[in-house]
Amino acid sequence: MPLKHVNALIVGAGAGGGVVAKELAEAGLTVVLLERGPWPQFSDHDHDELISQRTTVLGNSFGPDDSRWRRVVVDARGREEIVLASEGGYSNVAACVGSGTASYGALAWRFMRQDFRMKSTYGPVAGSTLEDWPISYEDLEPFYEKAEWEIGVSGTHVENAFAPPQRKPYPMPPHPFTREGVLLDAAARRLGWHPFHPPMLRNTVPYGGRPACIRCRYCVGFACEVNAKCGTQNTVIPRAMETGNCDVRTGCVASEVVMDARGRARSVKYFDPDDRLQEQTADVIILACSATETPRLLLNSRHELFPKGIGNRYDWVGRNLQGHAYCGAAGLFEQEVYDDIGPGVCVALCDFNHGNPGLVGGAMIANEFIRLPYIFTGRRPPGSPSWGLAHKQFQRQYYRRSAGAQGPVQEMPVFEARVDVDPKLKDYWGNPVARLSGSRHPRDVEVGRFIADKCEKLLQEAGAVQTYKRIPGLGLSGGQHQAGTCRMGSDPKTSVTDRFGRVHEVDNLFIADASLHVTNGGFNPALTVMALGYWVSQHIKTQWKGTHFRS
Amino acid sequence: MVSCSRTPARWRSLTESEARLVDLISEQIIPTDEDPGARWAGVVNFIDRQLAGPYRRFLPDYQSGLIGVEETSRAMFGRVFAALKWDEQTALLRALESGKAKGATWETKSSARFFDLIRDHCMQGFYGSPRHGGNRDYVSFRIIGLDYPQIIGQNRYKKL
Repeated sequence: MPLKHVNALIVGAGAGGGVVAKELAEAGLTVVLLERGPWPQFSDHDHDELISQRTTVLGNSFGPDDSRWRRVVVDARGREEIVLASEGGYSNVAACVGSGTASYGALAWRFMRQDFRMKSTYGPVAGSTLEDWPISYEDLEPFYEKAEWEIGVSGTHVENAFAPPQRKPYPMPPHPFTREGVLLDAAARRLGWHPFHPPMLRNTVPYGGRPACIRCRYCVGFACEVNAKCGTQNTVIPRAMETGNCDVRTGCVASEVVMDARGRARSVKYFDPDDRLQEQTADVIILACSATETPRLLLNSRHELFPKGIGNRYDWVGRNLQGHAYCGAAGLFEQEVYDDIGPGVCVALCDFNHGNPGLVGGAMIANEFIRLPYIFTGRRPPGSPSWGLAHKQFQRQYYRRSAGAQGPVQEMPVFEARVDVDPKLKDYWGNPVARLSGSRHPRDVEVGRFIADKCEKLLQEAGAVQTYKRIPGLGLSGGQHQAGTCRMGSDPKTSVTDRFGRVHEVDNLFIADASLHVTNGGFNPALTVMALGYWVSQHIKTQWKGTHFRS
Repeated sequence: MVSCSRTPARWRSLTESEARLVDLISEQIIPTDEDPGARWAGVVNFIDRQLAGPYRRFLPDYQSGLIGVEETSRAMFGRVFAALKWDEQTALLRALESGKAKGATWETKSSARFFDLIRDHCMQGFYGSPRHGGNRDYVSFRIIGLDYPQIIGQNRYKKL
C-alpha cells in the first residue's frame, strides 16, 4: 500500500534536518523525518572510550555500523581502498536521531563576517574555488540567535573582542574555567591576546526542561549521561513531534530522490527497518544527510533531465569537500594542570581567525577536550618511545601534567577534493557507495603551521617545560566537520543551490546541511548548520501556499 | 549434538600457544614496574575477545605475525620467545618495530606493521574499559591518577 502523501519530507535528522522538521511542523505542514539510525541512548555505550564517535577502534558508538556501511577512499597517488565506517578515512557522522549533535563536543560558534566573504576579503587563491557566500552574516544573524535560544547555548557575548555583532545575549552563562583554563587565560592575556569562555550547546544551568552539565570527564564522542548537552534529538525534534504533524521514521535508509516528468521532486525511495523498499511522496523534499551522504544521494538519483545526478548539470555536486585542518600544540608541565573537571574546552581566542600577515584565513584557538587514557597513549613528543617502560612512565607522569591548545584551520575549497559514487562497490542495500578523493590545498598547511606556533607560544607562556606541535598534512579533509559539497551560490553554473538552499532547476528540492557551506569558517560548524536549517525553513514557509509548494 | 562434558576452550580465537605469546609480548609493551603491567591487567583477554568480534579481520595477521615472531626469535637467539631473557625479548620487538626483523614471514609481510597492530591493541586493552576484557579493576586509571567511578559534584572550582 502506498504511504500517505505529506507536505514535507526531510531526509536526515541531524543538526540541519532536525531544525527544519520543527519549523515546518510548527507552521502546520505535515512532515516525515527519515533517519537511518535509531534514537541515541547513553546506556548503549556509556563512557566506553573504545566505542565512541571520537575513538572508534571497536566501532562507531552511534553508527554507521561496519557491517552495512563502506566507502572507497582514493589517496593522492590514486590508490583505492575500501574503508569500514569505523575507520579513519571514512569520515563518519553519527547515524542516529540528532546525528553529531547527540555526541559532539557542542561548541556553538557563529562564523565571523569575513567567513562569509572570503574571496572579497582575501582575493582569489590559485588552485582553489574560493568564493563568497551568497548570504551575509547579517542575513544569518537572526537565525543564529534562534538556534542559540531554541536549542540552548551557554556563553558570554561580551567577552570576545572579535565577535561579530550579536543582538541578544546567550540564554545561559558559561562554565567557569578549570585549572588549565585559568592558566591559559592568564597566559593569553600576558601575550596581549583576548581569551574568553567559548559558547557551547550545553546546559550550564537547567534549561529547556533538562538539567545542567555535571562536568564529567567524558563529553566529545559520547551521548550525555544527564542529557545536558543540547542537540536536535532532545530539543527541536521532540518539539516537532509535539505538534502532531511530524512523523519521525528511524532505521530508514534513503536510496533515491525521484523526479516527475515536469522536473519536480516527487518522492524519496528508502529502505525501512525491515529492508523493504518504500516510496514516500511529498510536496517539498529537504535533504540533510551530511556533506558526504547528501551529494551521494543526489548522484545516485538519475533522471532524464539530470543524467549525471540531480542538480549535477555542471558537475558541482560533491565538489569542494572541506573539513578543518586541525593543528595545535601540547605542553608538559611540572605541576598538575588537570583537575578532572569536564568537558575540558573552556578557554578560546579569536585573535588569529583573520588578519594574519601573508595568510588567507586562520583558526579559532581553544584548549582541548579531556584526553582520555587511550587517546593519550598516542600523544607524545616526536621521537618518544611508543611502548615499554618509558611509555608507561610518561603516561603516569604526564597524564595530569599536560595541556593542549588547537584550532580548526579554515580550508581553501579545492574542486578536486570530492565525493563521488563508486562505479563498482555497492552498499548493503545495493546503492553505489560514496567515493572520496582529492587532497587539501597547500595553503591550509601554511596556516596550520602559523596557528600551531601560536598554540605553542601560549603553552610556553603558561609555563610548559616542553612543547610539541601538530601540523596538518595534505591528506583529504572531511571528517566530522565535513562541508561544502553542494555549495550555495547565485550562478547555477558554479553552485548547486540558490541562496535559500533550493537545488537549481528543481523548484521543490532543498538542502539543509553543511553541504551548503561555501567555506567552512575557522570554527566548529554545528551552530551554522542549525542556523542554515532555520534560514532554509524560513524561505520554505514564506513560499508555502496552503497545500502546494509554489504552484 | 551439543556436549556439556567437554572443558570449554579457554580462548575464543587464539590457540593456547598463541595466547601465551601474545601475553608475553603485551608485558613488553606495558611492563610491570611499581604498578601492574599488561599481564596482570589481562590484555591478552582483550585481544583474544576482540579477535572473535570487531577485530575478526585481524585474526589472520595475528596468526601469521605470531609465527613470524617465533621465526625471528630462532633467527636472532636460537630459542623460542618464551625462553628469551627480558632484554632479548625487547631487542626482538625493536627489530620487529624497525621493519628489519629476520624470518620467512617478514619476506612477504611487514614486521613493523604487525608490531604496530599488536602494540596499539595492547594500549587499548590496558587503557580502555574493563568490559572488553583488559584493564582489570581499572588498574590503568589508578596508575595515571583518574578516579573511577569519577567523583562528580564537588565544588572544586572558583565561581565566575
